[in-house]
Amino acid sequence: MYRVLCVWLVACAPAKTVVKVDEPKLDITAPWLDTEGNWIKGTPEARRPLSDALVDASAPVIAIRGATILTAAGQRFDAGTIVLERGAIKYVGAADAPVPAGALVIDGKGKFVTPGIIDAHSHMGVYSAPNAKAHGDGNEAVGPVTAHARAEYGFWPQDPQLARAASGGVTTALILPGSANLIGGRGFTVTMRPSRTAAEAAFPGAPPTVKMACGENPKRVYGEKGGPQTRMAEYAAFRAAFGEAAVYAAKQAAYGKARALWEQKRKRAGELEAAREDGKKIAGEAAPEPVPIDLRYETLAGVLRGDILVQVHCYRADEMAQMIAVADEMGFRIRSFHHALEAYKVRDLLANKEIAVNTWADWWGFKLEAYDGIPENAALLAEAGVVATIHSDSSIGIQRLNQEAAKAQAAGRRAGIAIDDDVALRWITANPARVLGIDEVTGTLQAGKRADVVVWSGSPMSVYTRAELVIAGGQVVYDHAKGVRASDFELDDGRTP
Amino acid sequence: VKPRDLAPALVVAVAAAFALLPRVAAAQPIAIVGAKIHVRAGQTLDNATLVIDRGRVVAVGANLRAPAGAKTIDGTGKVVTAGLVDGISGVGLVGIELEPRSVDGRFGATDAVHADPIHASYQARDGFDPRDVNVPVARGGGLTVVVAAPQGGLVSGQSAAFALDGSADPVRAPAALHVTLGPSGAGAAGGSRGKSIALLRELLDDARAFGRDRAAYERNAKRRMLADRLDLEALQPVLQRQVPLIVDAGSEPDIRAALRVAKDFNVRIAIAGGAEAWRVAKELAAAKVTVLLDPTANLPSDLQASEVHDEAAAILDKAGVTVAISTLGSSWGARTLRQLAGNAVARGLAWDRALAAITSIPAALYGLRGRGTLERGAIADVVVWSGDPLEVTTTAETVIIGGVVQSLDSHQTKLLERYRKLPSR
Repeated sequence: MYRVLCVWLVACAPAKTVVKVDEPKLDITAPWLDTEGNWIKGTPEARRPLSDALVDASAPVIAIRGATILTAAGQRFDAGTIVLERGAIKYVGAADAPVPAGALVIDGKGKFVTPGIIDAHSHMGVYSAPNAKAHGDGNEAVGPVTAHARAEYGFWPQDPQLARAASGGVTTALILPGSANLIGGRGFTVTMRPSRTAAEAAFPGAPPTVKMACGENPKRVYGEKGGPQTRMAEYAAFRAAFGEAAVYAAKQAAYGKARALWEQKRKRAGELEAAREDGKKIAGEAAPEPVPIDLRYETLAGVLRGDILVQVHCYRADEMAQMIAVADEMGFRIRSFHHALEAYKVRDLLANKEIAVNTWADWWGFKLEAYDGIPENAALLAEAGVVATIHSDSSIGIQRLNQEAAKAQAAGRRAGIAIDDDVALRWITANPARVLGIDEVTGTLQAGKRADVVVWSGSPMSVYTRAELVIAGGQVVYDHAKGVRASDFELDDGRTP
Repeated sequence: VKPRDLAPALVVAVAAAFALLPRVAAAQPIAIVGAKIHVRAGQTLDNATLVIDRGRVVAVGANLRAPAGAKTIDGTGKVVTAGLVDGISGVGLVGIELEPRSVDGRFGATDAVHADPIHASYQARDGFDPRDVNVPVARGGGLTVVVAAPQGGLVSGQSAAFALDGSADPVRAPAALHVTLGPSGAGAAGGSRGKSIALLRELLDDARAFGRDRAAYERNAKRRMLADRLDLEALQPVLQRQVPLIVDAGSEPDIRAALRVAKDFNVRIAIAGGAEAWRVAKELAAAKVTVLLDPTANLPSDLQASEVHDEAAAILDKAGVTVAISTLGSSWGARTLRQLAGNAVARGLAWDRALAAITSIPAALYGLRGRGTLERGAIADVVVWSGDPLEVTTTAETVIIGGVVQSLDSHQTKLLERYRKLPSR
């Protein structure tokens, strides 16, 4: 009976590999295997459910009444009310909702309320202030593919830039590795709460992201350091990396299958042993040998599986097309292009491929690949149906993304492109939420969404408007009356009272 | 003082006098009718008319009639200001920032020829390229004059003021001599801030000795000088208080050191950057030192100058310090100058002070006489805005330089035109 079973189970296994052991020689169950123990899941992600972002038992109940509410979901409520409870939006609407007992009630008369601003491109925490070599944690510029590196590991929660970003209405940011490398590593989605550790700053349940870069930067960094020296070799290197990752993924898959078979056999053998009356053990076989872990390929295999959102730094239209060709050939999807100053030239292609674009309102010309930037970029993209965002890539710019969106809106309107306030607001809220893969839980003001909310002194589209109250996940992270929270680094600063 | 010692000063004075003459303007007068006109800080006229003729503002006021034959611009609902002036700009010098062949006047700690950090003889007048792609884009942002300024090293060189009408001749040159303290200056002096100040003192001392007796220098009868002859020559207008010494300094110790040097050598200084200038507000006010700053630069970026105040412009202004707002050397970002001023207002600076900080104040700092206001007789650098010029949603609809209406076409407007509709495939 056992012989038959054995043949059926291990049709391809030569008899000599069957050794007489009760336990496998090598049996590593974590972290390669999932909880069922039979399929490769890669190194463990911090895979909290995204719904964790919607609950904070310690968050106060806050009701803002009488404000102009812009939802970034197509609605505007004049003299509206919004109620926040336990970290989520309980109610938003025109009518005066019943305010729960004990709620902190804020008079919103003359104020504007919007979703918290989300920046899809920041280096806070990995290029912290003050500028110092010791704070250079954003570019692992030792090789063009460092897919194993993670912004999370380099993130310094005491970076004084973080609280300043919060004071500009930012509640969420994607912290990315720099663009020295073709594949720089994983991004890190953070909420703007004061934090002691990276884990505390992490946006609960945000999906993993990876940063890639094409064009001038990797060439500049590696041109004299073994390459790539040219764009020719850059796109070859992308393909090579994903080609190797595909082989790695295939080996993992083969191992996973073999492991599953082995598990089944062990289980069946156990059952048979239990049924025997003589108490004799059945000869087992060694567990299949796992594929040695390679953290670079773990990231890239995750991309090929579609588990990791691909964020690509790319300026020129033709290079975006090159990158799309790489993705098509190697079998992955690009979530969004970053900077993308020439995106307007290929907006039909980007719309067709459903690739989002993160860009600036008016940056241009600082290098040749940025020469053709125009202020109408975002508006032209929106008109063509591309999900566009205004990002900062700057710890100064992140403090006034509302002004940047207003500039891009005004530029679009002057070109005859109708961009209403809701669309412009989406550039810095709902759309970056989509880019980060957290749009289910944040980015708009709708009941049930995360309490990421800004109360502005006036219209967010004015240069004179200040964020007065910034709430991330239901917690107040900036109060204009109290000023910017000093990081530990700044505690003995002359500005601190 | 021998007459020959005055010669360089005379040359500078004559050059400056010629530079003051506005370029010959189109014959047709221009009348901007029915606009809100900011004549100068504290003087705003509603529903007023501005008349320009032969390059000058010839009349401004309510109830003015446009002269016969004038090109009339309807100013209804519009706001009119003097053209904006960026007191420290990269326009015309820094074309494409990351392409060295396209960049002028940006020095490292040393230069290749002399291996020294003193570039006093550098003249932005010679480095400026009026065809720089940034010129029309800056003009589209309402800038009419930039002070193209060198940066880097310890002594960065001489700036020059240029009108952004495409002309190759400066409005004023030299406009100032620029010194860079902080990491750049210290880097030029073995990494020491203290040593960088010592070098600056020695340089000024040498320049004074050189200026007092050039003949001795020519006979080689002088002690060894820190800098070359042309550098020493370039320092003379500073010592004679004809041009200011613009000191790029962020930290309080550097700013205080600059004040001591200014007092000891009796030179006129201004502080550029000034991250911690708000901490020295009283002393800066007493010494009548202008501060050129970017009010959005609120990060503790420099370990030596990390106490940056978000409301520095307002604090300095309140303390009596004259504040100019500047991009501090940007080229592609020049058009954001008015947004910087708007942000200063959002952080407590009075609106008319913020406008002055990007018009009359930088014009006065560099001696750009006749510019920066719209008073009768002023050179007609004028911008008609669609609304509040410090707002991010408005635009410069008409830009007039020296009485001539400028084209607002640029590389960018042409790209928009080409790609407004995509080619069908």
